[in-house]
Amino acid sequence: MAKGKTFAKPEALSDAVTHYCPGCTHGVIHRLIAEVIDELGIRGKTVGIAPVGCAVLAYNYFTFDFQEAAHGRAPAMATGIKRVRPDLVVFTYQGDGDLASIGMGEIIHAANRGEKFTTIFVNNAVYGMTGGQMAPTTMPNQRTTTSPFGRDVNDVGMPIRMAELLSSLATPAYVTRQTVLKPKTINKAKKAIKRAFEYQLAGRCFSFVEVVSTCPTNWGMTPVEAIQWAEQTMLPYYPLGDFKTPEADGQAAKDSV
Amino acid sequence: MAKVLMKGNEAIGEAAIRAGCLNYFAYPITPQSEVAEYLSRRMPEVGGVFLQGESEVAVSYMIFGAAACGARVFTTSSSPGISLMSEAISYIAAAQCPAVFVNIMRGGPGLGGILPSQADYFQSVKGGGHGDYRLLVMAPASVQEAVEMVMQAFPLSEKYRNPVMILGDGLIGQMMEPVEFPDHLRTEPTNKDDWATNGMAFRKSDKRNLVKSLFLDPDQLNSNNLTLKAKYEQMKQEEIRFETYNTDSDYRVLLVSYGTMSRVCRTAIDQLKEEGVEVGMVRPQTLFPFPEEAVRTAAGKAGCRAVASIEMSMGQMVEDVERSVRGSLPVHWYGKCGGDVPTPEEIIDFTRSLL
Repeated sequence: MAKGKTFAKPEALSDAVTHYCPGCTHGVIHRLIAEVIDELGIRGKTVGIAPVGCAVLAYNYFTFDFQEAAHGRAPAMATGIKRVRPDLVVFTYQGDGDLASIGMGEIIHAANRGEKFTTIFVNNAVYGMTGGQMAPTTMPNQRTTTSPFGRDVNDVGMPIRMAELLSSLATPAYVTRQTVLKPKTINKAKKAIKRAFEYQLAGRCFSFVEVVSTCPTNWGMTPVEAIQWAEQTMLPYYPLGDFKTPEADGQAAKDSV
Repeated sequence: MAKVLMKGNEAIGEAAIRAGCLNYFAYPITPQSEVAEYLSRRMPEVGGVFLQGESEVAVSYMIFGAAACGARVFTTSSSPGISLMSEAISYIAAAQCPAVFVNIMRGGPGLGGILPSQADYFQSVKGGGHGDYRLLVMAPASVQEAVEMVMQAFPLSEKYRNPVMILGDGLIGQMMEPVEFPDHLRTEPTNKDDWATNGMAFRKSDKRNLVKSLFLDPDQLNSNNLTLKAKYEQMKQEEIRFETYNTDSDYRVLLVSYGTMSRVCRTAIDQLKEEGVEVGMVRPQTLFPFPEEAVRTAAGKAGCRAVASIEMSMGQMVEDVERSVRGSLPVHWYGKCGGDVPTPEEIIDFTRSLL
């Protein structure tokens, strides 16, 4: 079979049927990661870290080594691995409750130390696994099971923009926000994920890819409505693009290349 | 190797290196910050890893991540810090990874104080974190014993794929004593290819490894807990350690004491002996597994009229002593937990009150 001409399942993806809801974008993002790992030929030296949240079972869908973290602690575990085994390729896969709420301390400090791993941050503006509660990323007036009248920003503040927040740090090399709402943006997201892994392989420091995603079930929408809502409501507040690159920084503070 | 005079905390750091552990993550907390200060200089000298994390929570998960990919790794902390690490300790036990935690105890609860204490007995022995797990808990009574226990802790944690806790009171960390680092206790990390996430290509395997603690299926969770239980039962068979003192005599009172407190008890026992009063002691060196049978046997000796647990806590180990004695004799408690170590005179007065 000629490679590149046949649509096949990446080797890094398992045959398991996912538990994700119809219209959920986790599956797309999993596939992008798997394609990148195949293309870079790093399956044998990659360790993924699953979060607590909908993606807690992500390890069932990949075919390489995985660790399962406690809620929010994946960046600390990744730090532990990379420090003692710099020759492994390590990524964390985290949702917005996991990363932007309970795990805020771990992600900020791992990023600021320039730990040489990659974080894929799936932002769908809600807690998924626990049943649609308000997240730090929940949009103003967005209804969730713990903000039944809509997020009141006078009460709980505005949503946190993680890519912007992390790019305010001097150390991290690559901070970008992408989305998987349309085929074109999916392709761009894949390029960003690949770039993040390439920076890690080159021994450059921390790389962070935020992916604006949907949660039709907890948003109470059809998959199509969810994509439209994400485009109309989330993207204006969570603009896409690179917030920090090693090239633009010239020599990043901890760039060891 | 000749003996050197070292502070307990520094000796603990050096012992880990001598044991073959070159990976250390930590967060500062009194009275054990000297371990981190010492290793921040020593680890680079030996090509090891030193990292000061942003919190005890983060540090404990750095330990988990490193342990789960097969590295020999340890941390040190003190009581409030161990509380923060207890979540990860539960996860590490559930996921069956080896790691070593050293707790140089200070007074509690809350922020407590920074002086010596043994108030974390329950936390260490009964499980500070959630769920059905146990730690193998070793309690040194001298800097030399702390060194030896740290060196032994690594192979033990690998034998059982379970965290090992070294539980020392603040004095163990803060005092200086002559120590030597026994070469025969140096061990190589075991092969962890069967389970560690150390990269398929590196272990030349097609089978991926998964380190996790989530078992949504009730049968699987029960099965994992039975696996853990079997290990804890094996520890009870194979790892109980204790020392006895003056138990050849016709003692009328049996003391049970561990750590620094047991050294004060020895002094009290010696003085009482001069005054014609025989008192015996069992000193647990492992707190889990607890030397139940040794305590029961010693308490059952003809002429022994009372048992007392002497601790720098408000009475924690005394519950395990009661459990061991099984109601055959009255079991008393004496202790303090503000930072002052009970004096030999206090122990003597208390022991006399039991006669």
